Amino acid sequence: MTLDASSLQVVQPDRKPQRRKSRSLGASIGLHGALAIASLIAVFPVFWVLVTSFKPDARAVETTPKLFNESSVDNYVDVLSGDKGSFLSWFGNSVLIALMTTVIAVFLSATTGYAASRFRFPGKRPLLLSFLVVQMFPFAVLIVPLYNILLTLGLQGQQFGLVLVYCTTAVPFCTYMLKGYFDTIPNDIDEAGRVDGLSPFGVFWRLVLPLARPGLAVTAFYAFLTAWGEVAFASAFLSAADESKTLAVGLQVFVQQNRTEWGHLAAASILVAIPAIAVFYLVQRFLVTGLASGAVKG
Amino acid sequence: MRKFLDRHWYAYAMVLPVVVVIAVLVLYPLAQGVFFTFTDINEANIANPVLDRAATYVGVGLRNYLNVLSGDSSYGSFWSTLVRTLIWTFSCVFFHYTIGLGLALLLNREVRGRAVYRVLLILPWAVPAFISAFTWKYMFNAQYGIINQGLRAIGFDDPPVWLGQNDWALVAVIVVNVWLGVPFMMVALLGGLQAIPADLYEAAEVDGATPWQRFRHITLPGLQSVSSTVVLLGIIWTFNMFAIIYLITGPNPNTRILVTYAFERFFSGASRDYAIASTYGVLILSVLLVFAGVYRRALRKQGEVW
Repeated sequence: MTLDASSLQVVQPDRKPQRRKSRSLGASIGLHGALAIASLIAVFPVFWVLVTSFKPDARAVETTPKLFNESSVDNYVDVLSGDKGSFLSWFGNSVLIALMTTVIAVFLSATTGYAASRFRFPGKRPLLLSFLVVQMFPFAVLIVPLYNILLTLGLQGQQFGLVLVYCTTAVPFCTYMLKGYFDTIPNDIDEAGRVDGLSPFGVFWRLVLPLARPGLAVTAFYAFLTAWGEVAFASAFLSAADESKTLAVGLQVFVQQNRTEWGHLAAASILVAIPAIAVFYLVQRFLVTGLASGAVKG
Repeated sequence: MRKFLDRHWYAYAMVLPVVVVIAVLVLYPLAQGVFFTFTDINEANIANPVLDRAATYVGVGLRNYLNVLSGDSSYGSFWSTLVRTLIWTFSCVFFHYTIGLGLALLLNREVRGRAVYRVLLILPWAVPAFISAFTWKYMFNAQYGIINQGLRAIGFDDPPVWLGQNDWALVAVIVVNVWLGVPFMMVALLGGLQAIPADLYEAAEVDGATPWQRFRHITLPGLQSVSSTVVLLGIIWTFNMFAIIYLITGPNPNTRILVTYAFERFFSGASRDYAIASTYGVLILSVLLVFAGVYRRALRKQGEVW
């Protein structure tokens, strides 16, 4: 199936890299130098926010940068105690919305991913193509009608309304990823299950899903991150009350026109980034995307 | 018919939920969005059950399209915004791809500390995008930002005001987006590199191919299908990338791209002009569809089936 190339699938990582017998000293230095500089650029912004998060707001905008400048954990205390907007409710909202999105999206896309991976049926190709086209939809074309629909359903300003909206982006993408993962599970397993008298659903539910757990985990993580970091719909569709905001919307209060509280913003940012980074590193070894293996199969 | 259903019913049953979701949450809104572009819908005349108010917008034919396509500045200077969007999209994807490929090639070698480098290089992907946006906004601050302090320290006495009303702002947001997007390309291309059979390289080495020849004739062709997919996805995502520009420069006209302007029309300003926002959305979608069609045809010519 040709569209396999577009699947962002998860595969078991890390085949041995190409073997190089020997390398000259110069080449070695060049290699490590390039990687080290790139890593530095990748890490520095995060490091700098960490440093800033301990400085008072006034010290975060000094004309000579210092690593420590009246540093303390006051910013964290202020943010967590709710002095600077209801950070904990934003956090709760974000977690709740992202979790609901994840559960719904993974649940819906698992069955479709399986069907697209295993069965030939009329309409399969248009279906897969439509998932790719959906990626192209700018939110600008959907935002007004979705607003209209949510108003009609009475879900405007509600968290569940936002979850439904996030599913529009998460479901097609998750379906693609899961199809890719199911493709890596040998068909023999299904056939053995059928011989032993399981129905197609039984095979899917009892045999394939348990085997696909790593794939499900990574897909769930993607869905979670989609909802966790989304800005546009959250700004537009949640009510203006402070307690109902998500983090992406709430943190904008630190960057108002005239007073930007960089120290507090940095502390809040670190608090938001830590869980994301932690989970990311738990799943990152599965993240070697099998774009290639999908493509090679042709 | 009976036989057809017998054969395929479980496939359709499994696909049904997603088809329903896409139909209800994507296709129906899309149809409605296209319909709105022929009306004068805005905050004042949209149906609002909370206020118990019926819709009172009326059809205006093609007026929205004519207004937008005239390039008038009160409708977002469509053509110059389109050009800026293209500059933004292609420079971002170009750097994503080249830097991503370079790093993937380095990481694909046997190098000490490979796992550590990989983890560090993926970091920008792990940080939520809105956090990265705030971070870079802080670092790009003209007076106190670490970037300009660094530039002054190495002798540029008059570093640019990055996020002001000039084209440096566009450069700044491109830099941020490149930083954000490289890890995805790197990981995808690394996967591609690892799928190229090692014996190809060994055979080429036996035949005396230079490293450049090996790269040109084994690596690049081996990566072609991965590349064509990730570049297409990258272009689509970057074209529609909203959060970075919105959070870093806000409504600055020097960084305005099509999506951010559509959101401006939808969300800010007293009038909340939904019709113009939808018109922009439809135009963006048309541009992308045309582009994807051309891209696909070009790939097909090279014998790539997609």
